Amino acid sequence: MINVINLTKNFGSLKVIDNVSTTIEAGEKVVIVGPSGSGKSTFLRCLNLLEDPNGGSIIFEGVDLCDLKVDINEHRRKMGMVFQHFNLFNNLTVKKNIMLAPVMIGCRKLRSLKRKRALIAFVNLFRKNKLELPEIKETRASIKEEAERNAMRLLKRIGLEEKANVYPSTLSGGQKQRIAIIRALAMNPKVMLFDEPTSALDPEMVGEVLQLIREVADEGMTMVIVTHEMNFAREVGTRIIFMNEGRIEEENTPEEFFQNPKSPRLKEFLSKVLSPSSRPKEQTV
Amino acid sequence: MQKKWELFVKSFITNEGYTKVIAGLENTVQIAFFGFLIGVALGTVVAIIKAFSKRSKAVKAISLIGDAYVAFFRGTPIVVQLLIAYYVIAPLFGVRINALLVGILTFGLNSGAYVSEIMRSGILSVDVGQMEAGRSLGLSFSATMRKIVLPQALKNSLPALGNELIAITKETSVAGFITVLDLTEAFKQIGSANYEFIIPYLMLALVYLVIVLIMTLFIKLLERRLRRSDKRN
Repeated sequence: MINVINLTKNFGSLKVIDNVSTTIEAGEKVVIVGPSGSGKSTFLRCLNLLEDPNGGSIIFEGVDLCDLKVDINEHRRKMGMVFQHFNLFNNLTVKKNIMLAPVMIGCRKLRSLKRKRALIAFVNLFRKNKLELPEIKETRASIKEEAERNAMRLLKRIGLEEKANVYPSTLSGGQKQRIAIIRALAMNPKVMLFDEPTSALDPEMVGEVLQLIREVADEGMTMVIVTHEMNFAREVGTRIIFMNEGRIEEENTPEEFFQNPKSPRLKEFLSKVLSPSSRPKEQTV
Repeated sequence: MQKKWELFVKSFITNEGYTKVIAGLENTVQIAFFGFLIGVALGTVVAIIKAFSKRSKAVKAISLIGDAYVAFFRGTPIVVQLLIAYYVIAPLFGVRINALLVGILTFGLNSGAYVSEIMRSGILSVDVGQMEAGRSLGLSFSATMRKIVLPQALKNSLPALGNELIAITKETSVAGFITVLDLTEAFKQIGSANYEFIIPYLMLALVYLVIVLIMTLFIKLLERRLRRSDKRN
């Protein structure tokens, strides 16, 4: 589904991603772990081109996203993203946060359809055998109504429907992150990218967010998750990637990854994060 | 004092000075209001270009033009700009150009230079995550800018924009330099009818004060409305 080929990314003279290649298949839940500054977040952000790669290519459903001719917005709609700091739109209510992208993109499609129709109608004035006019079923109101229904359905799913009309500033971190997740789901993405979704949360709210991610995973969504939650990685991941200094140092199934690590760097990393005495509840990057 | 007052009443009412004042008020408000609107529109565009000049070389090149524009309009007095616009540039177009229109455009361009800096700081005050979230949902740069970043930037820079509106309103008092009959010019003419300036000029100050106070009230209401999404009220 996503084919990463020789991906390279520099920040100035610093090589953050160094010639990384991997393939993410449909239905896979890929978890990326690694020490701070290993490039795991940058790698994730390169997947939907929030960071412009300096080299290599990202093939998503057969299309090279790094090609400048590609309409990146169209492909980003199929890749939901969840951020460490939630990034809910502060100026919109919870419901509007979820509705914004579906409504704007729906209305945009409607406009271009109407333009096409008008063009055909105009051409028909000069033709003997008239072209068929495309039928437009949707209206702005129907798009809005549909988006609202969908937003309320998603809010109900996470039990926050009574928060539909409040602004994000009044919500807890866990609530914000769960809303950020369903905001991404509202676009019906084919793959979800999680960039340390629980790192900015209070410890007691981590559970509810992980539970929602788990549910989405169980529905068969393809996922790429950058996280420090090792237990969660072991439980949800179908493949775990260990990144170090911009490269994929090791990748394996969760069982093998944790029980039988091969590279010394990974062994050292795991001993630090897994040993109960030195293991902090929450690590920040 | 009694006599001075009588003289003022005579020229203000009996000699119909008030029609001048009403016309002057109208012109002052028009220059300030439309000038400010042009300024905000122009300033916002310049601010967006400047705030995102790192995105590509083409934007960087345009942003240099923006820099030159801001440097000129902040670096020269508004009176000089008005004189150049009316006596140097307008004649190039041959036909007699409406002084009020020249005033509005010049004040708009002048205000735009200041507003661009205000809006730039407003845009930079919005977390980059807001733009990233919008883009990650598949919204275009301009759609995210319009729906997410600019509303928040506008809210953050509203106090400074209010200042700019007040400043431009008071600066319109130099519009008389290019033959526009503004408030100042109207009261000046009333005073010169009998060379008695004390009361007309005090009245003039009072009128400006009242206009600015009304604006302050209006800005406060607007700010309260835009702060709905904040925790602090």
